[in-house]
Amino acid sequence: MTKASVGTVETKYFTFANSPEAFSLESKEKLGPVTLAYETYGTLAQDKSNAILILHALSGDAHAAGYHKGDEKPGWWDNMIGPGRAFDTEKYFVICSNVLGGCRGSTGPVSINPKTNKPFALDFPLITIGDMVAAQKALIDHLGIDKLLTVVGGSMGGMQALAWLVKYSDRIRSAIPIACALKHSPQQIAFDEVGRQAIMADPDWKSGNYYEGKSPDRGLAVARMLGHITYMSDISMAEKFGRHKKNNIQPFKFTADFEVEGYLHYRGDNFVKRFDANSYLYITKAMDNFDASKDKPLHEVLSGKPLKVLVIAFKSDWLYPAYQSKEIVKVCKHAGIGASFCEVDSTYGHDAFLLEIEEETHLISHFLKSVSQKRGKA
Amino acid sequence: MKENEIIKGDHKAILDMVEQNSSVLDLGCGGGELLELLTLRKNVRGQGIEIDEQAIYRCVARGLSVLHGDIDTGLSEYKDKAFDYVILNQSLQQLKHVETVLFDALRVGKKVIVGFPNFAYYRARLRLFLRGRVPITASLPYTWYETPNLHFLSTLDFLDYCKEKKIKIELKVYLAADKPMRILPNFFANIGIFLISK
Repeated sequence: MTKASVGTVETKYFTFANSPEAFSLESKEKLGPVTLAYETYGTLAQDKSNAILILHALSGDAHAAGYHKGDEKPGWWDNMIGPGRAFDTEKYFVICSNVLGGCRGSTGPVSINPKTNKPFALDFPLITIGDMVAAQKALIDHLGIDKLLTVVGGSMGGMQALAWLVKYSDRIRSAIPIACALKHSPQQIAFDEVGRQAIMADPDWKSGNYYEGKSPDRGLAVARMLGHITYMSDISMAEKFGRHKKNNIQPFKFTADFEVEGYLHYRGDNFVKRFDANSYLYITKAMDNFDASKDKPLHEVLSGKPLKVLVIAFKSDWLYPAYQSKEIVKVCKHAGIGASFCEVDSTYGHDAFLLEIEEETHLISHFLKSVSQKRGKA
Repeated sequence: MKENEIIKGDHKAILDMVEQNSSVLDLGCGGGELLELLTLRKNVRGQGIEIDEQAIYRCVARGLSVLHGDIDTGLSEYKDKAFDYVILNQSLQQLKHVETVLFDALRVGKKVIVGFPNFAYYRARLRLFLRGRVPITASLPYTWYETPNLHFLSTLDFLDYCKEKKIKIELKVYLAADKPMRILPNFFANIGIFLISK
């Protein structure tokens, strides 16, 4: 089978909840109009049964696969999406949208507040993972899709997949939560809080009202640097950087001279070019507040439903340790729904969900095949 | 799987014990050969649990639902009678906590199928008695230093145990060289398979 890229793609936009009707958030606040940036790859089947929704992580966006015109780098999960790949675009219609609260084309704190004609900044309401998913459901309705073949994502994307199970289990046939948790542990909340504090401690943050001046780049870069440490493992860092030094020039006592320091600086500096600091605050807060069993135990919600779930965890992931994925498996067992779980032996840490392509491709492609066949039989 | 493919004796025996359209939990399902067979021939709703990562990939390739984990700790979340059958084929003797798992299996399954190598098989007896060496047979193929087996039992040991614990024996199947053996089974059979319930 040849594996190929989906080629040149374009981001599309869907706007809903135009006045007078507004989008109701879980906080009971209203928001509208709401725009979602999204991309699609492959062709929707006549009976609309082959649609897959890809859910991105904290810093991701709608551009999951292929190339934007003139770009050298493909979308964030390109090696998983395309002809012959795990999400085979010869068979499946693949959708990916930027989350509500994001800053990559969807409505978020950087968007213009219609009441003031200025960016929302902190006037943007607190959003939840459930709200993100409710907005995605509006997009799926708009595309005329009754049931998704699967919803899939890693990290925060996995939490959205769980939120789909919580809220709209009748609109999906399966879910693939990868390297995620039913709810954040205190340790995960703690890392997010340090990231938020780094942003808010930046004098350029100005209580979120920075859109007309300098943005809090230092704070956001530090938040991202911290994030990257938690995405890697002790082993992957040792393998990638060792204790290698960049060069011998020392213009300042505390210049970043180890390679790992240079890497973190590079990652931080690049991130601020494409990400909004307020979005970072809102999205990390949404992750911290998520609890799949908040309203009702998830196993009760799922009990007896004709769903299939594939849970994937990675051995060296210490940010979302495998025990958290096993908690999801326990819910499936309790609910009596068919589930598969694999703890992949990887040294990449949390980043593994973007890197262990061979294992993920094997697990996901066969899982999707069995989910689509099951439908054929019924 | 092809229709004319040779089915292993123990799989054939288990296939005959399982009713059409039932639900099955296979503990220690390996690469999923038995579970796939049951799915294709008996249309069961199957779920496997397996500890070996590579075996998980083989199960998934067969389209099976399989959980990567330890069966010694894997059953507590299942509801009572969640499955029509719980299968422990060639895995009982490798468990750390045989009794806990067996009783949990009897709770989770309406019926339990247990298959294991018979330590009192005559070739095993001969090797021990005449040659003074730990038995190595077709059903006990491992050397003492690499065997995954933690417990060594005969089919009579198992029957005694079931009697003592008031476990009902519904069916007994004995195999020698992959074929049913009815004469002096604890001597001539190298595998015993039992359908039990509480």
